[in-house]
Amino acid sequence: MRRGFLLAPLWLWLLLFVAAPVAVLAVMALATPSDGVPPFTLGLRFAAFAMLVEDGYYVEALFSALRLAATTAGLCLLIAYPMALGMAGVRPRWRLPLLAMLMLPFWSGFLLRIGAWIGLLRDEGLINRLLRGFGITEAPLPLLYTEGAMLVGMVHAYLPFAVLPLFTALVRLDPALLEAAADLGARPARVFFSVTLPLTLPAAAAGFLLVFIPAAGEFVIPELLGPPEAQVIGRVLWQEFFQSRDWPLAAALGLALLALLILPMRWFQKLEAEQ
Amino acid sequence: MLIARGITKRFGAVQALAGLDLAIEAGEFFALLGGSGSGKSTLLRVLAGFEAPDAGVLTLDGQDLLAMPPWARPINMMFQSYALLPHMNVAENIAYGLKRAGVATEERRRRIAEALELVGLPGMESRKPQQLSGGQKQRVALARSLVMRPRLLLLDEPMAALDAGLRERTGLELRALQRKTGAAFVMVTHDQQEALALADRIAVLESGRVAQIGPPQEVYARPATRFVARFLGAANVLEGRMCGDVFEGAEAGVAIASGLPGETIAIALRAEHIRLISADQPHCVRGVVEDAAFRGDDWLLIIRLPGGARLRVAHGDVPPAPGDTVALAWEAASVVPLFA
Repeated sequence: MRRGFLLAPLWLWLLLFVAAPVAVLAVMALATPSDGVPPFTLGLRFAAFAMLVEDGYYVEALFSALRLAATTAGLCLLIAYPMALGMAGVRPRWRLPLLAMLMLPFWSGFLLRIGAWIGLLRDEGLINRLLRGFGITEAPLPLLYTEGAMLVGMVHAYLPFAVLPLFTALVRLDPALLEAAADLGARPARVFFSVTLPLTLPAAAAGFLLVFIPAAGEFVIPELLGPPEAQVIGRVLWQEFFQSRDWPLAAALGLALLALLILPMRWFQKLEAEQ
Repeated sequence: MLIARGITKRFGAVQALAGLDLAIEAGEFFALLGGSGSGKSTLLRVLAGFEAPDAGVLTLDGQDLLAMPPWARPINMMFQSYALLPHMNVAENIAYGLKRAGVATEERRRRIAEALELVGLPGMESRKPQQLSGGQKQRVALARSLVMRPRLLLLDEPMAALDAGLRERTGLELRALQRKTGAAFVMVTHDQQEALALADRIAVLESGRVAQIGPPQEVYARPATRFVARFLGAANVLEGRMCGDVFEGAEAGVAIASGLPGETIAIALRAEHIRLISADQPHCVRGVVEDAAFRGDDWLLIIRLPGGARLRVAHGDVPPAPGDTVALAWEAASVVPLFA
């Protein structure tokens, strides 16, 4: 009884911000598109879902979003491990300043940071001007609106989410375990791969998912930095909602993305439970 | 075998090791005994290679140890927390060092079984560390170190994490293992009973230096400094000065012993060496019983001398009541002159 009472705010939160929106999406996805306001009439029609499966465009958009999210999360982990190792390795009194520096970008606007990348990467941007100024290139290199620019923006935006869980796990790791491994003849690289890495794997998985899940639905960065052909699901969703005004199809897309993201979350829960 | 000379280590304002000298012989059970802050743990970490000393020389059979990183030193360590790798089972933990040393699979399996047999845990290969009791973890940690056949095994407070009831037996087993393997054991401990009972030689550390080194019986019977006398068995230390060849206690205000060397500045006298005698004898030290505490085997009396010094006296019979005046006597041989 008491337990149920204590959990009530949580259930209310889940109902209001998870269950209700999903229900609205489901109703919308089953409706028929129309020209009115809102641009659909209620019904029970599965054409939107059928379209998702039949039209390769949407399947492709889903997969390119998952690919982009996985690449971003993978790159973030590769960068986050050395960063977190460095942060956990310093004296405790230096950890807080380093942590603050990691979080500092969050104090500036998200769009502002994307804008800064545009300023750096465009044809008349700082990088191209420097390259030409030093005579390294003659024509501007196409940097902006490329896969590379998109990945740089994604990694920059999501990196802290990968660093934080790793940092916490590394700080908690018993240094005696690392010393014991060294004492038994393991060189530093071997200590990392045989002790540090396996013992921080759950944190790495958490970091991966913390990046992967929001990155899968990301549409601003591909839109502003990516190439036109990078039709990720978030971008397509945006287009269906605001340009094609096919809300049932957009709602169906949203539900499909949600369903896909449940899989890695279940996997993560399993991993946590095993620990 | 192991020779340390002038080992110095400073952590900020703390001088952990202050020019420490030490020599450890092959095959001996050596105890580093000291209180917290004596530098004993830092010394162990310097030997293992986890701390680099600021100055000093460290050699093992003539090899310069300080030039070697921890993974290259032919020394193994058993950690106070045991430091068993939690994601590996017992066999994998013990195999860890053997793999690094390039021992082949068959040979590895044989040596793991052998090591588990040695520590009395045969057939425990597939257990995870979390499934072991404290005592079992300690044995696995021991097996993991011994399987490397080190010439020198470092043990950091090996019994500290065990239940009191398990400690005595484990200590004796540890010594038996040491005899069996022939490796030199260097054990860090703050527990004097443990050091006295197990070690062939002990070094008492004080503020980063060796205060005294020798066989347990010798260090216990003939402490060299006030610190060692107080630290080992809590001996009574009486300050005083020599008048001719008679030592006069400064606080006792009486002659305590004769025939001591001229440079004696204090004496140590163990509680169990002081007798109560009938108070009517001439020329004896008198004192007032301040307190009496029953200890099981005997009574501990706190006796205040006329000058204000307090003596701890072990007394077998029913003790005199607090407030009683008693006379004290001791054999001349049990008075230990101290020079520092």
